[in-house]
Amino acid sequence: MSRFEPWSEERTVEIVLEHQALEGPLMPILHALQHVFGHVPEEVVPVIARELNLSRAEVHGVVTFYHDFRRELPGKHVLKLCRAEACQSMGCERLVARAEDRLGVACGGTSADGRVTLEAVYCLGLCATAPSAMLNGRLVGRLDNTRLDQLLKEAQA
Amino acid sequence: MLRIFVPRDAAAIAVGADEVAVALGAAAKKAGPQVEIVRNGSRGMLWLEPLVEIERDGVRYGFGPVTVSDVESLVKAGILEGRPVAAITHPLAIGVVDEHPYLTRQTRLTFARCGITDPVSLDDYRAHDGYKGLERALTMTPIEIVDEVAKSGLRGRGGAGFPTGIKWKTVHDTAGDQKYIVCNADEGDSGTFADRMIMEGDPFLLVEGMTIAGIAVGATRGYIYLRSEYPHAAVALNAAIAAARKAGFLGPKVAGSEYAFELEVRIGAGAYVCGEETSLLESLEGRRGLVRAKPPLPAHKGLFDKPTVINNVLSLCAVPYILAEGAKAYADYGMGRSRGTMPIQLAGNLKFGGLFETAFGITLGELVDDVGGGTFSGRPVKAVQVGGPLGAYFPRALFDTPFDYESFAAKDGLIGHAGVVVFDDTANMAKQARFAFEFCAIESCGKCTPCRIGSTRGYETMDKVMAGQDTARNLAVIEDLCNTMKFGSLCALGGFTPYPVMSALTHFPEDFGRPTRKLAEAAE
Repeated sequence: MSRFEPWSEERTVEIVLEHQALEGPLMPILHALQHVFGHVPEEVVPVIARELNLSRAEVHGVVTFYHDFRRELPGKHVLKLCRAEACQSMGCERLVARAEDRLGVACGGTSADGRVTLEAVYCLGLCATAPSAMLNGRLVGRLDNTRLDQLLKEAQA
Repeated sequence: MLRIFVPRDAAAIAVGADEVAVALGAAAKKAGPQVEIVRNGSRGMLWLEPLVEIERDGVRYGFGPVTVSDVESLVKAGILEGRPVAAITHPLAIGVVDEHPYLTRQTRLTFARCGITDPVSLDDYRAHDGYKGLERALTMTPIEIVDEVAKSGLRGRGGAGFPTGIKWKTVHDTAGDQKYIVCNADEGDSGTFADRMIMEGDPFLLVEGMTIAGIAVGATRGYIYLRSEYPHAAVALNAAIAAARKAGFLGPKVAGSEYAFELEVRIGAGAYVCGEETSLLESLEGRRGLVRAKPPLPAHKGLFDKPTVINNVLSLCAVPYILAEGAKAYADYGMGRSRGTMPIQLAGNLKFGGLFETAFGITLGELVDDVGGGTFSGRPVKAVQVGGPLGAYFPRALFDTPFDYESFAAKDGLIGHAGVVVFDDTANMAKQARFAFEFCAIESCGKCTPCRIGSTRGYETMDKVMAGQDTARNLAVIEDLCNTMKFGSLCALGGFTPYPVMSALTHFPEDFGRPTRKLAEAAE
């Protein structure tokens, strides 16, 4: 779990200041915060609001609007399975069910041992080599039971 | 020096291109220093990925799909040696890549370089006619550039099909101390990957297209709003922007001219609705991606309320060709009011999925059966969804529909961003209709009621239909909801969700517990 820094106000301010000169800095700031802290903790909201002269409601609204921004730390590994149409046509739903079954968690959740967060994604742009997955940022195409089991094994190791 | 090409395209990487490149690199090291591995873009024949190419006397020969376990036999066959190609035999050999029928059938204007060059090499880009469009643009006045684009007949490739020249003219004619060029690279539609491929495979093309747009309308800043699901495209674009800046193609004096243009990549955060242009602008400004009511048009009040051209990746990538070769050369391709070429993406349950750029007018049947080779599963085609999650499902009875904006609209469909997703006969169209509502519910920005509430009521009602509960009455509710969403929504997310739903219901009534209609009637 130590791959992310623990949250601190000083580090948050530092990141905000790094981006403050940009036009429309909030999205780049949130991405940078998530990159450093692994998620966008509740505590950053008043800090960003103060530094950018926004209301807390505005910042909270942006954080919660976008699927990418996590409110909590993810598991050690993040496995995303594409569930959009092109992958559906190649049977992704069976693979999702298999992954949910093996991990004992529904899409969107983290396995009880904290190792794997399983998420749905709607299109990775690999629609001619479907079904597709992403494990910790690494893309995998032509997913089938064998490849999925390999990914699960890797993630649970 | 022998050059070996292994694509860096994300689709190739997803099926092992990086591992193949590493293995080939190790083998090449042993073979001596005369071998160079180039990470090119993809040729777009995605069933052959990873497609490894070797070059002999300027001709490239392909092998694919290559896995790490094939590398040893390829090396044994002699791909790392200078021996004649005729002496190299391997079961994965596909011969001269440029002579592959999948490529010879295409008209590649936008994708002319993709897969051929080293995407992040400015020298390679320029050696293959790169920056010729900008060169000519710099000999013209801004309004002449706008006219050239208008005359080409180019229409917005994001899906709406609005004439690009008119958009540019509006921004050109609008006064403003600061104007912007925004590229919509939030390619969220399932079944589409042309934006991703061109950004990874020929990123300078987008940089050049945006630079020309900036000069034409008087904009000095550009933003590429790229979806977060495309990290490889971000790397390629940033490398291209840095190289262009270093060589003086971006900055205070573009190519030594009086024009200034700067460019920046911004990353989205997984919101499908941000592919809608006004929602995208909100997001760029650092707000929730709520759709704006129009007017005002972005051309008048766009990013930070300044006059803004917002175009799709493919629209901007068509511009350098139009400027380099002239509007007429581009407009000579196509049919009716759909001029030029369209990079069509063949995807889903298809044998030969990939990128197929062709003039408008090819029929859907040709694309699916001839080019695509039918289903991957070998089962009969049941339905084809064209234009992403908001596109209609077409049955085989509509396979004679020519691929152009108007013909698809006339059949209650749309070409959208030209993604074609094929389903075999195991697909349940009621389930697909339910998914369309569910997707809309997940991705709705929540600003307008028909979309926010209608989508949720839609999938709830579909659950009842699928459970066989009061089918006729519930289907009447579905049709009513679709009407409300179609005519009452603020943007295409709510407004077009009825396309997949109603087309599924119209063409595949048996999946909804309705009696099958006669084929002729269904094809009306």
